[in-house]
Amino acid sequence: MTYLPKVMMLVAGLGLAACTNPDRFGAGDGSAGAGAGYGNGSGVNGGYLEGSASDPRSSAYFNQAIGDRVLFAVDQSTLSAQAQATLDAQAQWLMTNSDYLAVIEGHADEQGTREYNIALGARRANAVMEYLISKGVASSRLRQISYGKERPVEICSEEACYAKNRRAVTVISMGMTS
Amino acid sequence: MTARFARFCASRALRRFVRGTSPRYVCPEAVTSADNKRGGATGKENTSMTRLLALILAPALAVAGLAAPALAQNGPLRIEITEGVIEPLPFAVPDFVAESGDAGQYAQQISRVIAEDLTGTGLFREIPRDAHISRVSNFSSPIQFSDWKAINAQALITGAVSSDGGGRLTAKFRVWDVFAGTELGQGMQFSATADGWRRLAHKVADQVYSRITGESGYFDSRVVFVSETGPKDERAKRLAVMDYDGANVQFLTSSNSIVIAPRFSPNGDRVLYTSYETGEPRIHVLDVGSVQSRILPTSDGVMSFAPRFSPDGSQLLYSMTRGSNTDIYAMDINSGQTRQLTTAPSIETGASFSPDGSKIVFESDRSGTQQLYVMSVGGGEPTRISFGQGRYGTPVWSPRGDLIAFTKQNAGRFHIGVMRTDGSEERLLTASFLDEGPTWAPNGRVLMFARETQGATGASSLYTVDVSGRNLKRVRTPDGASDPSWGPLQ
Repeated sequence: MTYLPKVMMLVAGLGLAACTNPDRFGAGDGSAGAGAGYGNGSGVNGGYLEGSASDPRSSAYFNQAIGDRVLFAVDQSTLSAQAQATLDAQAQWLMTNSDYLAVIEGHADEQGTREYNIALGARRANAVMEYLISKGVASSRLRQISYGKERPVEICSEEACYAKNRRAVTVISMGMTS
Repeated sequence: MTARFARFCASRALRRFVRGTSPRYVCPEAVTSADNKRGGATGKENTSMTRLLALILAPALAVAGLAAPALAQNGPLRIEITEGVIEPLPFAVPDFVAESGDAGQYAQQISRVIAEDLTGTGLFREIPRDAHISRVSNFSSPIQFSDWKAINAQALITGAVSSDGGGRLTAKFRVWDVFAGTELGQGMQFSATADGWRRLAHKVADQVYSRITGESGYFDSRVVFVSETGPKDERAKRLAVMDYDGANVQFLTSSNSIVIAPRFSPNGDRVLYTSYETGEPRIHVLDVGSVQSRILPTSDGVMSFAPRFSPDGSQLLYSMTRGSNTDIYAMDINSGQTRQLTTAPSIETGASFSPDGSKIVFESDRSGTQQLYVMSVGGGEPTRISFGQGRYGTPVWSPRGDLIAFTKQNAGRFHIGVMRTDGSEERLLTASFLDEGPTWAPNGRVLMFARETQGATGASSLYTVDVSGRNLKRVRTPDGASDPSWGPLQ
């Protein structure tokens, strides 16, 4: 069997370098880099509106300040350094807010056949799930699903859009409600 | 591929035999039977093989110099599909005769659909009605061959439609070899409820196609597909079924959840598909007659997708994902018993049976990119068959067993292609921004696939293309369409 995850990891690292420019991500789309949001919540103890993005226990904070998603290179599922940093923060948040569950959704861009892309999205979701588990999040709180290319967030047929569609999104919800 | 016909018509013994048989006029005596609830047609040929041969092997075309390289030299009215038809065969189909007052509208419509079926193959060209010299006003009247020769109609289809007054239509027809001045095959008739009138036309066209090409037809067939509406980031999908030509679209599911890749059973009674109805992709089987579906007992909490029926309809192949690994499994549909066929840590999906059920072809990225592999259903080491540039996916074995169709991605383009089952003689039939998911016509001569256009306003629609790469055509559907699966000849 000549399965090549190690080689892919190298290639992925190179490929993703092109996708890490934070300027590409709108502030409100929840894809801000891992470090970007930390300043928002710190030092305003009690000064935030509960449930808003400045409430560090809110899902809005998780989605926007920490970043609910990580991106992947074409046909790859390895986690870049930036993705790992985002996931470190996600793991920490999930450990702190233990009443939340998470579904990790894997997605692919449209440049691939439908069913292969479902399997590829599963690889991406699984890469995130395994990483979160390795950082201490209980596997019983996590679930993975793949949408393949069925649920793009961007619709242009250019790399700028494709890069945002090749993603794994950590969708959190309160344990009681899911 | 030509062998069947070559054997069929090259037999000197047969030729001698049929020469002694007078190719005389035969009245339609066909048997009909009750149709089904969908308003379909059924029919049966009153076969006389010697008579059929006699007529197919009728005297050579009388007029030389016709630009018809597709026609066998000095032979009967015949198109060899494999020889690369350059010049479509000219035919005429005057309006069918209405033999009862209320059959008039159908008589005209049926002859139009027959003409569309035949011209749609790219193998035939219709001589327009305003060029006709003869009018056919009585189905039993002798054919004025000279009138049809004069406009170079090599084949002539005459017919009549009657209604029993109780909602049933009967269409009868004859096919004529104009230059030989003989009938090709025998007159036949089909009947159906009035709302199944298109099926009557397709059945006649299938007969004409079959008599002239020596291949079985594909017009009286249906296609299950995914009907799509809305932009790419908010696309609603629902299962639908239609006639092969896009008519009579009926929806099988709502658009409440994502549905993908429906697959017809070999006899068209069921559809396998993948739905996100339960939250994750699971395989469902839908009974076409009752439009009821159930979830197959694949493992709970695990994604299963990419189903496809076995040739006998009793089993399916499918993919199941555990963690990051996707493998191929087989399930007996009645018992729910499953068997794992691949065990590699890579993605194995898109499995399809060979028509004899002994082998499967599937895609795997075990080499680093998606490629095609063939293995025995019993297990064993798969053999890689795709070696060209790029990635190969969605392999589908031809119903004739001779070819495997696939989707290929290379250098930023998508192609539908075919290769022999050992991977040789790869031939790309299409090229576009995104072509995907071929499905075979029941006779293995035509492929249907989905083409998505580029950009933010991109939409998906269905196309057909000959296995030779000719005659690329869009199938008219009311909305967007993807993931076609071609059902059997009905």
